Amino acid sequence: MSVRSEVIAQVTQVAREQDKVLAPLADDLELIHSGLDSLCMAVIVVRLEDSLGVDPFATAESAGFPVTLGEFIEFYENAAK
Amino acid sequence: MPQNDTGTLADRIAAAGNLSDRLLSGIEATVTLGALVGGTALGGRATELCGRSVLIRTRDQLTSALALIELDGVARRVVLCPPDVAWEHLPFVVEAAAVDAMVSDRDLPPDADIPGVRCLVRCSPTIVPANCGCGAGLATEWILLTSGTTGQPKLVLHTLASLAGAIGPAGDSPSPEVWSTFYDIRRYGGLRIFLRALLSGASLVMSSTEGCMTDFLIRAAAYGVTHISGTPSHWRRALMSPAARRLAPQYVRLSGEIADQAILDQLHSFYPQAGIVHAFASTEAGVAFEVTDGLAGFPASLIGRGSAVEMKVEDSSLRIRSTLVADRYLAGHARPLTDPDGFVDTGDIVELRDGRYYFAGRRDGVINVGGLKVNPEEVEAVINRHPQVRMSLVRARKNPVTGALVVADVMLSTAPANLNGHAGKLEQEILQLCRGALPRHKVPAAIRFVGDLPIAATGKLVRQPCTMSS
Repeated sequence: MSVRSEVIAQVTQVAREQDKVLAPLADDLELIHSGLDSLCMAVIVVRLEDSLGVDPFATAESAGFPVTLGEFIEFYENAAK
Repeated sequence: MPQNDTGTLADRIAAAGNLSDRLLSGIEATVTLGALVGGTALGGRATELCGRSVLIRTRDQLTSALALIELDGVARRVVLCPPDVAWEHLPFVVEAAAVDAMVSDRDLPPDADIPGVRCLVRCSPTIVPANCGCGAGLATEWILLTSGTTGQPKLVLHTLASLAGAIGPAGDSPSPEVWSTFYDIRRYGGLRIFLRALLSGASLVMSSTEGCMTDFLIRAAAYGVTHISGTPSHWRRALMSPAARRLAPQYVRLSGEIADQAILDQLHSFYPQAGIVHAFASTEAGVAFEVTDGLAGFPASLIGRGSAVEMKVEDSSLRIRSTLVADRYLAGHARPLTDPDGFVDTGDIVELRDGRYYFAGRRDGVINVGGLKVNPEEVEAVINRHPQVRMSLVRARKNPVTGALVVADVMLSTAPANLNGHAGKLEQEILQLCRGALPRHKVPAAIRFVGDLPIAATGKLVRQPCTMSS
């Protein structure tokens, strides 16, 4: 499974578990408008660390959090390289 | 049975009667209490320890027990050293308790010299006749060590009166009582059982420090143990052993950790003939109460009663004042043992629901999820309700979004390797259980099935002192 499809799968799964209505997923979707709240994002980060084996936030040089879904996916793709 | 609540430990054991029929059983040997009358485990050298501050550091619990019986009223102070206190902490203990003598059941290596300890006495499980005792009749101070997994222990000062308070006279059961405990008797929970057994006319079977649970259960069953105590973690572990079926206790006691409804129910169905009792006690606060109705938590009516044990809830934590409270800490601690009114802050958070207080967890164990508090124990209590879960540990995991998030390590009644692809389904079931009972931020973000969960020498689940781990 590619990093991209794993991220999408977790986003969809966590939204379902947390009873959140997801906005249509697109790379330019801003996470803040995705329908996911901060607790959802926190859970997604934990799940991705377990499934992909990387925690880009632990190693990232910039402390900023990705703004769009596309940046979020790229963040993990870069960390998984 | 006449109950004498003054006098030395040996006097009070003798006052409980039937000495020749009563046993004190350790891993290495078993002695009858009758042998202790006019006998010595210290080679007749108790007089050398008269008036001294004595560190008791033995391998086996039996030798510590024998030394305690012989030295109460003789030594100025006895310092009970649990086996897991690291050698490097001994100089601190020796200095804090002004130790000048040591009782050991082995020869110390020549390089093991501890400054200040001028007298070393060997203790053996073999009782030899002796005209012992210096007749000092001292009010011996009993020092208990409470140890964390790291750092130096705290020294808590008790007396026989505070340790043995509220122990009733011998029961009127037609058959003799045989007590046992998973706890080491050199810790508060075990020491209370030691005293309760010996002062109420019963025998006592002690656990082994290193031995396995099954061996201990087999030994306890062989002695016909009728009353047995341990932490909920001890019991969860015990119920996994086939040897647990060999026991037929009348009385099962839990203390030291939160007894959740799942473990109370499991014990009730496992030992239907036994009274299942959970108690609240700590080294500092002593025993506060026992709950006998088989339900988790305790009735709110216990709070504030003008009985021997007074309790109040302040700042969400349980505070206790009674004659069973320890006297003080030895050595400088930042915080005194009690507040100015004599109440011990137990640090245990309680919540009132429908006329009953429930333990939520430790104040110092709270996990902060994006500003919202989570007590790991309340999440564990929900997870443990799943019929396939044996025990669980909820911990914090560092998170860039919320600071921390809760995750759970779950030990099942079957080994993880035998799940045969059902792990995902089971995980969803457990998460569903949590979602139905807990607010969102308390639901574990991830569940990991583990083959074992570490239990500390105290009998409690090992929790990370720092709430941040990845």
